[in-house]
Amino acid sequence: MPRYMLLQNYAPAQNCDVPMEQWEPAEVNAHIEFQHELNALLTESGELADAQGLAWPGDAKFVVAGAGAPVITDGPFPESKELVAGYRIVEVDNLDRALEIAALASAAPGPGGVAMGVPVEVREIMGAPEPR
Amino acid sequence: MSDYVEGLLRELAPQVLGALVRRYSDFDDAEDATQEALLAAALQWPASGVPDNPRGWLITVGARRLIDLVRSDAARRLREEREARLATADIAQSATEPASTDDSLALMFLCCHPVLTPASAIPLTLRAVGGLSTAEIAAAFLVPEATMAQRISRAKRRIADAGARFEEPAPAEAAERLPSVLHTLYLVFNEGYASSAGAELARRELSGEAIRLTRSLYATVPEDPEVTGLLALMLLTDARRQARTTAAGALIPLADQDRSLWDSALIEEGTRLISAALTRRRLGEYQLQAAVAAVHAEAPNAEATDWPRIAALYALHERTAPNPVVTLNRAIAVAMVEGPGGGPEAGLELLAGLDGQLGDHHRLLAARAHLHELAGRGEVAAALYADAAARATSQPERDHLTLAAARLTAQSR
Repeated sequence: MPRYMLLQNYAPAQNCDVPMEQWEPAEVNAHIEFQHELNALLTESGELADAQGLAWPGDAKFVVAGAGAPVITDGPFPESKELVAGYRIVEVDNLDRALEIAALASAAPGPGGVAMGVPVEVREIMGAPEPR
Repeated sequence: MSDYVEGLLRELAPQVLGALVRRYSDFDDAEDATQEALLAAALQWPASGVPDNPRGWLITVGARRLIDLVRSDAARRLREEREARLATADIAQSATEPASTDDSLALMFLCCHPVLTPASAIPLTLRAVGGLSTAEIAAAFLVPEATMAQRISRAKRRIADAGARFEEPAPAEAAERLPSVLHTLYLVFNEGYASSAGAELARRELSGEAIRLTRSLYATVPEDPEVTGLLALMLLTDARRQARTTAAGALIPLADQDRSLWDSALIEEGTRLISAALTRRRLGEYQLQAAVAAVHAEAPNAEATDWPRIAALYALHERTAPNPVVTLNRAIAVAMVEGPGGGPEAGLELLAGLDGQLGDHHRLLAARAHLHELAGRGEVAAALYADAAARATSQPERDHLTLAAARLTAQSR
């Protein structure tokens, strides 16, 4: 079965640019519960391989090896919208199903219970070579 | 496999491994042989019944496998010599001599050898002494089984390279090595307690295993107050397991936990143990943490908590084994104390001293947020909670802190 990584970054969602700590507590709860339920659903269907959030990017580092000691610099910085914030890996029958799951994840509820429209990047994970 | 057979095998595994390593001194081969003997038992016993002397059965089978292993390993230079040694070893004797908890203890000391980092010592201990399968350990630490198998075999190699022998350490050495054994067991427990929702079951098993191993260590050295303290700490902490998370895995802080869900039998045992340990007047960090847990456990509700006593215990802890997290806990306790010397401002003052050591660590930010909230400064607290949430290193913590920020922001609107 093909595997897909569904990536979420720090770019603002289509329908919501308010940081979560400024939502109503009930809205925060609903959002958290949605994430739990989605993972539970995908676990039950046997499609979830992994789901992880990444920790604070403020302390992130870049490492580049060169001729001498590796060069270590700060960053990527939290302001950059392309930064990965978290991912799900799903093992599904086909691309259509991966897109369906991505659409579900994108519709996580925000303020007022409105679907946020979180951008979700869907990437196939490379598998084994064809037998020859 | 029935639960009975599984439990029996788990209990016997370290005894069998201990007996084999004691006789044949090669840890790596002995471990492989033990695993094969356990596998054979798991396959045969459910059908043919458990033999009269299951431990002897396993040791005999394990010893035969060990001899096979050594024979088939043509690359070994000392092959003939070792074969000769094996042939003369009296297998029958070790199969019938009484079980020795000292074997398990010596094994534990070997697995927590100082040449190993905790990342290696923990899985090795679980595998060799705890009798968890590599797959179970891998699941608990969320790594592929092959990776965990490598980590375990590298650990064994390091011990062999360091020239460590399987033997009971001399008393002076035992005293020196005990802290790393305790630390390993403590980390195993914490891995299991700080569970992430997906692997909840696998991790619960880790806590149970840590408690079981600490119990057997305690049975061997009941007079050591830190061993007693660690066992008490585990029991008192584990007693709160049912109350500390919601069904969905969200964290419930101590103050909000439903105390009727606390396990009173574990609390009673933990409290009894820590009281006995403290009378020996050789304080240590595990005893002090257990003492704090016992004070929380005796309060029928959060309001009844004896904060002055907890603050005093943390102060004692700071003097015995100083570390910034202890200071942070003391600050929170001091903030809850009413009257002179206590209150949120006094707590914040203590936290100010931690800036250099903990910087913007999420726990420092969260503690500071909590104390500002106690002092009635909701907006300051909300901003700090949001900051702490961004820096949290686990999802349940991040959710909890985000919610705290949202709650205070909503209140100040």
